[in-house]
Amino acid sequence: MKKLVSLVLSLCLCLALTSAACAEGSVYYLNFKPEQDPQWQELAKTYTEQTGVPVTVVTAASGQYETTLMSEIEKSDPPTLFQVNGPVGLANWKDYCYDLKDSEIYKHLTSDAFALKDGEKVNAVAYVIETYGLITNTKLLEKAGYTPADITNFESLKKVADDLQARKDELGIEGAFTSAGMDGSSDWRFKTHLANMPIYYEYQQDGIGTTEAIKGTFLDNYKAIWDLYITDSTCDPAMLSSKTGNDAVAEFVGEKAVFYQNGTWAWNDVKELGAENLTMLPIFIGAEGEENQGLCTGTENFWCVNSNADQEDIDATLDFLAWVVTSDEGRKSMSQDMGFVTPFDTFTGEYESANPLVKVDTQYTAAGKLPVTWNFPSIPSEEWKNGVGSALTAYAAGTGDWEAVKTAFVDGWATEYQLSH
Amino acid sequence: MEKAIKRYWPIFLLPTLAAFIIGFIWPFLWGTFLSFHKFTTISKTTFVGFANFAKVFSDKTFTDAFFFTAKFTIVSTVLINVIAFAIALALTRGIRGTNLFRTVFFLPNLIGGIVLGYIWQILLNGILSNLGRPLLALDARYGFWGLIILMCWQQIGYMMIIYIAGLQNVPGDLLEAASIDGATGMQTLFKIKLPMVMPSITICTFLTLTNSFKLFDQNLSLTNGEPGKASQMLALNIYDTFYARSGAQWKGIGQAKAVVFFLLVVFIALIQLYFTRRKEVQQ
Repeated sequence: MKKLVSLVLSLCLCLALTSAACAEGSVYYLNFKPEQDPQWQELAKTYTEQTGVPVTVVTAASGQYETTLMSEIEKSDPPTLFQVNGPVGLANWKDYCYDLKDSEIYKHLTSDAFALKDGEKVNAVAYVIETYGLITNTKLLEKAGYTPADITNFESLKKVADDLQARKDELGIEGAFTSAGMDGSSDWRFKTHLANMPIYYEYQQDGIGTTEAIKGTFLDNYKAIWDLYITDSTCDPAMLSSKTGNDAVAEFVGEKAVFYQNGTWAWNDVKELGAENLTMLPIFIGAEGEENQGLCTGTENFWCVNSNADQEDIDATLDFLAWVVTSDEGRKSMSQDMGFVTPFDTFTGEYESANPLVKVDTQYTAAGKLPVTWNFPSIPSEEWKNGVGSALTAYAAGTGDWEAVKTAFVDGWATEYQLSH
Repeated sequence: MEKAIKRYWPIFLLPTLAAFIIGFIWPFLWGTFLSFHKFTTISKTTFVGFANFAKVFSDKTFTDAFFFTAKFTIVSTVLINVIAFAIALALTRGIRGTNLFRTVFFLPNLIGGIVLGYIWQILLNGILSNLGRPLLALDARYGFWGLIILMCWQQIGYMMIIYIAGLQNVPGDLLEAASIDGATGMQTLFKIKLPMVMPSITICTFLTLTNSFKLFDQNLSLTNGEPGKASQMLALNIYDTFYARSGAQWKGIGQAKAVVFFLLVVFIALIQLYFTRRKEVQQ
């Protein structure tokens, strides 16, 4: 009898506990960035301690976000907060997006450009702005008798790189550029980030922001910069298909190469060289007026709130997000621990990013250079990127020609656009 | 005892049956259902009839992947079975160290496909770069033979064990009678041993045939379908269709491909079973 009573009592307790949690709602964040997983876990713990609202953060393995999201969202406790990478990614998930029009995070956005809107409906809000370019080892550059100021366009970049390559033994390096690895861990630097350059200039010339069919006006420039990357390099172009992202980092940190194309997110990988020895140069491809070109700045990380979640959970999620961008703990975590530059107006003063590569970008903008926007969210599909990547690899190794890259770039775009619309 | 079994058989059957239903029948029915729909997540689907199937057959990558897979299956099935049988013959003669050899040949089978794929990628790329040839990801021919080498290395040991078991079951009196009648080694092999191990051959060809046809891990890690999609096999093609494409319609097409793929595997396996079964003899 006693046992039965205690059983009933404990059951009641359980019920009371779960119903209490339900009433307050809970947050489940499916995080996209594995680099920042520990910081998110920490932040979630702090929030739960302060408010009692349970926050779960799960990080999908690199490259597995869509897959994970697809299966998680089916569960009875789906993610209340998830990410999309831009308009193309949003196409899959727009039925699941809660209208963020009245949310705190939308109100704190510095510009509407950082939201994905469908008419009046705000589907997604960006939470981090990132920048990429040519991370440069200034110490080695100066050893060779140059300064970053000498590089102002493609011509001077090529001159310096060719000279560095020619004198590599004297300088103790293996090449001007780190290996342009086309392994899955590194190929996005070229099939996506570098491909952004010709797309950007074409969009600028035509005054558009997205297109059904790319013309490839600047493909010769794409070829020029790719040729430079693979010739003035630490490795034989035929070996690129097996080179990884870690190889490039190792070469750069080991001071075997001077230039490394990557972004602000890579700061932790390269910081042992010391902030005073590092800077970031714009990627020049030989387009007209590029002397005024800055770094590539944009975002492909947008927050969406799951509209199919329970209303309490949606409210809890919105509260959590508001806390993240306004509270001291949240702002400190995002700006200093995660090293993010955010598009929110609450991150001022001490909450500006401490990432030195971000500061380089600020200097460029202050000097009146025009940042290059991220246009790859308008790329019609992953398949397009893969096609261009394969063709680039084959071209570099000599088993394919540049025509194949052109075909993948121009025809592939039209085909993929048709297929996904 | 027998009575008890008669009465309680459903209880003994239940765990396996439940696992089979949960792990196979139910997902299979769902999959078939989804292949007629357009969907992003499986709770929101729109019926589209046979549209997905029509697209499967107009997709050139799917037919290319089919021919690549078919070629691969033929070559690997023949090679694996011939070599495995030869090794089994050698290791049933009672040479010294037989058990050690059996263990060594069987070991590769214990390593997972993904790991093997990456290890062999490094090995083969090392050899190719020393020879000054394009790497695996650049030439589909090397990708093809790389896959064959990898599969042989992994599967031969397993098939060898089955063949050894078969060969050990060949009755000694038959072999003795043959040798008294003056049969040569070749005659004994083809007239007695081969017909007697026919059940093993059925099993082994079935396993290698279906394994090769359904190959995924090794394909993913060794070449990932590069260059272009020239070394992409059917399972990887389906995976790519389902996950690497944006837009809701691709999920349904991927699912339809999976159903077509299932039918293909069943069809081929049944034909193979029919032909090898016919050759089996009763002792």
